[in-house]
Amino acid sequence: MAETTTHSYLENTGRYKGLLSWLTTTDHKRIGLMYMWAMMVFFLVGVILGEIMRLELFRPGQQFFNAQTYNGIFTIHGIIMIFTVVIPGLAAVFGNFSMPLLIGAHDVAFPRLNLFSWYLFIAGAAIALASQFMGNGPPDTGWTFYAPYSTQTHTNVVAAVFGAFVLGFSSILTGLNFIVTIHRLRAPGMTFFKMPLFPWSIYATAWIQVLATPIVGITLLMIIAERWFRIGFFDPSLGGDPILYQHLFWIYSHPAVYIMILPAMGVITEIIPTFSQKRIYGYRAIAMSSLAIAGVGYFVWAHHMFTSGISTTERWIFSLLTFLVAIPSAIKVFNWVGTMYKGSISLKPPFIFALGFIFLFMIGGLTGLVQGSLATDIHVHDTAFVVAHFHYIVFGGVGFAFFAALHYWYPKMFGRMYNFRRANIAFAFMFIGFNLLYFPQFILGLMGMPRRYFDYLPQFTAGQQISAVGGWLLLVGIIIMLVNLFSKKGAKAPDNPWGGKTLEWTIPSPPTVENFENIPEVTEQPYNYD
Amino acid sequence: MEHTETHITDYRVYGWVLLALLVFTTITITVTWIDLSAFTVMVALIIASVKSVIVLRYFMHLKFESKMFTVFVVMVLSIYVLVIGLTFFDYLLR
Repeated sequence: MAETTTHSYLENTGRYKGLLSWLTTTDHKRIGLMYMWAMMVFFLVGVILGEIMRLELFRPGQQFFNAQTYNGIFTIHGIIMIFTVVIPGLAAVFGNFSMPLLIGAHDVAFPRLNLFSWYLFIAGAAIALASQFMGNGPPDTGWTFYAPYSTQTHTNVVAAVFGAFVLGFSSILTGLNFIVTIHRLRAPGMTFFKMPLFPWSIYATAWIQVLATPIVGITLLMIIAERWFRIGFFDPSLGGDPILYQHLFWIYSHPAVYIMILPAMGVITEIIPTFSQKRIYGYRAIAMSSLAIAGVGYFVWAHHMFTSGISTTERWIFSLLTFLVAIPSAIKVFNWVGTMYKGSISLKPPFIFALGFIFLFMIGGLTGLVQGSLATDIHVHDTAFVVAHFHYIVFGGVGFAFFAALHYWYPKMFGRMYNFRRANIAFAFMFIGFNLLYFPQFILGLMGMPRRYFDYLPQFTAGQQISAVGGWLLLVGIIIMLVNLFSKKGAKAPDNPWGGKTLEWTIPSPPTVENFENIPEVTEQPYNYD
Repeated sequence: MEHTETHITDYRVYGWVLLALLVFTTITITVTWIDLSAFTVMVALIIASVKSVIVLRYFMHLKFESKMFTVFVVMVLSIYVLVIGLTFFDYLLR
């Protein structure tokens, strides 16, 4: 028997050994892990920057550094967390590791392109990080690079923008790879409506990656062109229009939220039936709601611009579309709860993280409607309320789903189990810490605390200090989780530790290089627990 | 692969396509002399879109490929029309 069908993908079977065997691999599982390691480093850097900001905000006035440094820190915190962690996030790590296993494929459609995407990701991240140390100091525009300020500031915007541009190419190529993989490499008999729902969510995500990312790519190049050649796209003093920048930026950056959240929803949809030992409730509705979120979510971008001076008609159109996108999101939540109803629920760590996701995502989603509503948005726009909403979606949603996915597929990835008790303790710290950190920001925002402010009035002190304590608890939870997962080897994992029904649980843990000795023939629906 | 046969297009077809593209380019230049005010960009984009469709169908062989690719291209172009439309709608009504 060939080595590739008997050896674990973690063993070296290729031409090179050690680190080089990883850096030259075209195995989707190894590439998924390489994304994960890189993202974990970026994530920890982003977390530390966030904690530093919280420390600075512990009391009114200057504590450790000046306002300009604070501007630089929140900008790089945003760039790292958005462009190198949450946007590639679940799609790059678990889209790579799990999706081909779930559809019964040996690999993705273009394995070399997949590796190239990873290198682009690393190159883009390196350029964005290098922008901190080159030129006239770190960029201070915020991660949104709003014009005309971004076309005028003397800080090093060009490098950061170019880094984001390169990261975009990685995203486009990954999306393209996944679309072709799902169309061409599904196991025989696996029609689209027999496909598990995580690949469905990856499919919807991939389309957004391919269709939306080029727009931000060209927009970022327009910023560079504006700075170098003073063309007049966005700068009013040159005859440009700053609102055009906002349109172009959000045409990508709002769908980017769905690039982040759709795979998160897909993961939760895999976890809930497994730990409820029950067939998913409303399979087609969930599959279609992924496409609906991707489709409608593409046309809500201007809700970021309600106070920017866009036309009144445009405002109510985008407010309506924003409310519409809540419908497919709610369909998913109702179906998850419907799946749990009368299920044989097993409260293992992946399921607990999934419950945490639903709770936090609901708060994030519903507070999004406060901002989607034209009247209330005027009050909360550019306040800490937005910071809270955003983090409930992006960290409470994507972050907790990522941790849920990690705890769910960890036995398959590494062939080892982890300590459940410690995982639960980590969850408790993270969940309590997260809510202490971000919930006060809703209240501070409603009270009038602006976002991105280095200083504040004394009446906001208590809320800021509760947030800081929450940040510390969250950090403790993250450390416990990482130590639990990665400090020492747990017991050997069985092939199917959770009693799952999808194809990845039919193969060894960890999988062999080729995944499946023989590609399986699919004859029934996934999640067949009846 | 399902589509292994190759399609050879007559040179005369390419000639006609080239001619059509040149005609549309001439139209693009000509309409810049007419004051269409708010519709200037829209007209330019419509002409460019017609040219793109011709290029896609003949030079990029969409005409001879599986219908699935046509569906993808129509979907992408529809999204493009909606995105551009919604953006310029804002300018029209501001």
